[in-house]
Amino acid sequence: MLKKYPTTRYILRSGGWYFLTFLVAISVNFVLPRLGKANPVDIIIAKHGAGKTQHAIQVKEEGYLKEFGLVKLDPDGAIVRDADGKPVRSSLWSQYVSYLGMCLRGDLGTSFMNYPKKVSEIVIEAVAWDFALQLPAIILGWLLGNILGALAAYKRGVFDYLFFPLSLLVCSIPFFAFGMLLKYQFGIVWPIFPTTGGYASNIHYSFSWEFFSNASYYYFLPFMSIFPVLLGGYAIGMRSMGIYELGTDYIRYASYLGIKENRIISYVFRNAMLPQLTGVALNLGNMIGGALIAEIIFSYPGLGTTILKAIQGQDYTLIQGTALLVAIMIIAANFTVDIVIAIFDPRVKAGMAGA
Amino acid sequence: MKLLVNLLKLPTFVFSVGLLLLTIFLALLGPFFYPIDVISKVGPPYMAPNAEHLLGTDNLGVDMVSLLIAGLRSSLYVGLFAGIIATAVGTFLGVYAGFKGGWIDDLINMVTNLFLVIPTFVVLILISASLTEGRSLELIGIIIGCTTWTWTTRSVRAQASSLKARDHIALARVNGAGTLKLAMLHILPYLLSYVFMVFIIQVATGVAMEATISMIGLGPFDTVSLGIILESAMNNDALNDGIWWAFIPATVLLTVIVFSLYTLNTSMETVFNPRLRK
Repeated sequence: MLKKYPTTRYILRSGGWYFLTFLVAISVNFVLPRLGKANPVDIIIAKHGAGKTQHAIQVKEEGYLKEFGLVKLDPDGAIVRDADGKPVRSSLWSQYVSYLGMCLRGDLGTSFMNYPKKVSEIVIEAVAWDFALQLPAIILGWLLGNILGALAAYKRGVFDYLFFPLSLLVCSIPFFAFGMLLKYQFGIVWPIFPTTGGYASNIHYSFSWEFFSNASYYYFLPFMSIFPVLLGGYAIGMRSMGIYELGTDYIRYASYLGIKENRIISYVFRNAMLPQLTGVALNLGNMIGGALIAEIIFSYPGLGTTILKAIQGQDYTLIQGTALLVAIMIIAANFTVDIVIAIFDPRVKAGMAGA
Repeated sequence: MKLLVNLLKLPTFVFSVGLLLLTIFLALLGPFFYPIDVISKVGPPYMAPNAEHLLGTDNLGVDMVSLLIAGLRSSLYVGLFAGIIATAVGTFLGVYAGFKGGWIDDLINMVTNLFLVIPTFVVLILISASLTEGRSLELIGIIIGCTTWTWTTRSVRAQASSLKARDHIALARVNGAGTLKLAMLHILPYLLSYVFMVFIIQVATGVAMEATISMIGLGPFDTVSLGIILESAMNNDALNDGIWWAFIPATVLLTVIVFSLYTLNTSMETVFNPRLRK
């Protein structure tokens, strides 16, 4: 199948693989919250039911049960009741099927905190901010980190002595802790940059120069809290890959031939770049997750802050919906890296990779 | 023994081990030198550092140095707990899969790859959020360990499968050793140095991960950890009020633990991988 187009075949195969991963992620998202003893509906009712009549509570509870797909429905959409008039709970399996159907339709349920706002609306709004924050940080961090790492590997000496421990130190700091230090120094001690939110409260969310210039001012600190850490991490990876490549025979041969230094560095760079790409793929989950937490420090309006609010408000549908979206983001990011690998790795073109 | 001598010749190794031991001593012996408990209020909330209370107090008026010592102990404990579980599970599955091959290998590989992509972070949030009570340090360690074993499995598997074609394995097999015995007695010892390096990284991951989930309010209920200290600093607006002692010392300790573990790992790498030597 598709023997003549190894690149396409590779992409299709990994796409199928990620779809399977996506299904597992959905299932994990379904199963894990059900492991706990607490039923979210009970918790919500206990929280919001105080001071209401028995009947009002019951109506509300049944409304929630229906919305969660926890009770059996007859074809007209009414709740099926047993002899005592109590709603009949649907089986775990049929809950799962209805959950799968909802997820595939893009319906993640309704948020309790922001009732009656849909979870999918909330998370889509938030995810745009994460794209704007993380994508440039990851790409720039990767490029610059690789260049610095390759230089450190080639020059060694003083440059390496200073640079390597420094990178190691920077990438030992968790994103959010680095964010805290930045916020304190550049937002509080020296009040140069704004420290909370994605844009000023007197500015409207719109496609205007005013909005973008304001938002980029607010963008600086959250960006700087993840960028140096990523840069340091990639530089370290590239350094050891570079040192490894420099010791290989083809590089020795090239230098005996008297090929120019820059040329040799570019060879090393090209060959060490692919493992570095795979490295990105392996690390994406932790990176994106960690960066989400860093947002919280700045109340940046992305998914991290959404998760924090959802947890504080015990908004189960929102927690679940956000978690699912983070998982989808990471799966999509992995797939993108795989496509980039498929394009740049000559072994894929030759039909060798994954074989 | 020769290995240890080689390691001790490396200044980075000595430095990182020293740093790590320092944090461990501080965590374990700190209470003897600084006998203030973490329950009683010794002053007003966020009291500035003074001669008696070296780093002031937290938002409840509890002495910060003693909180940091207790927090450091919890964080190291969670890291160690998570690291041991992740390394044990990951190594066992990795060695077994890599050595056994066939459909068991394919199956373990598939599960590993699946959970490598599904982020630890998401699983952690879902589990922690559904547990409304009894979120102890141990439980958090277990959860972290059970979600981070995947890359240990992956890297150990690759190493184990490269070892299985060695002659001494064939010899042991002829002598009637079973798969499990072969894997544990004849493959694992070759990987020990590698597994130890993976373990170090897993401990660092565990420490950082605990701090991360504590930040979003899903940390342990019953104890202080470095993450809990930072969370309470954030929730009580210590940053905006410029109360540096509420978060800078905890950040420094967290960084020192992770940094010393990373440095330990890289310094060992230079001994085990001759190419990296100068």
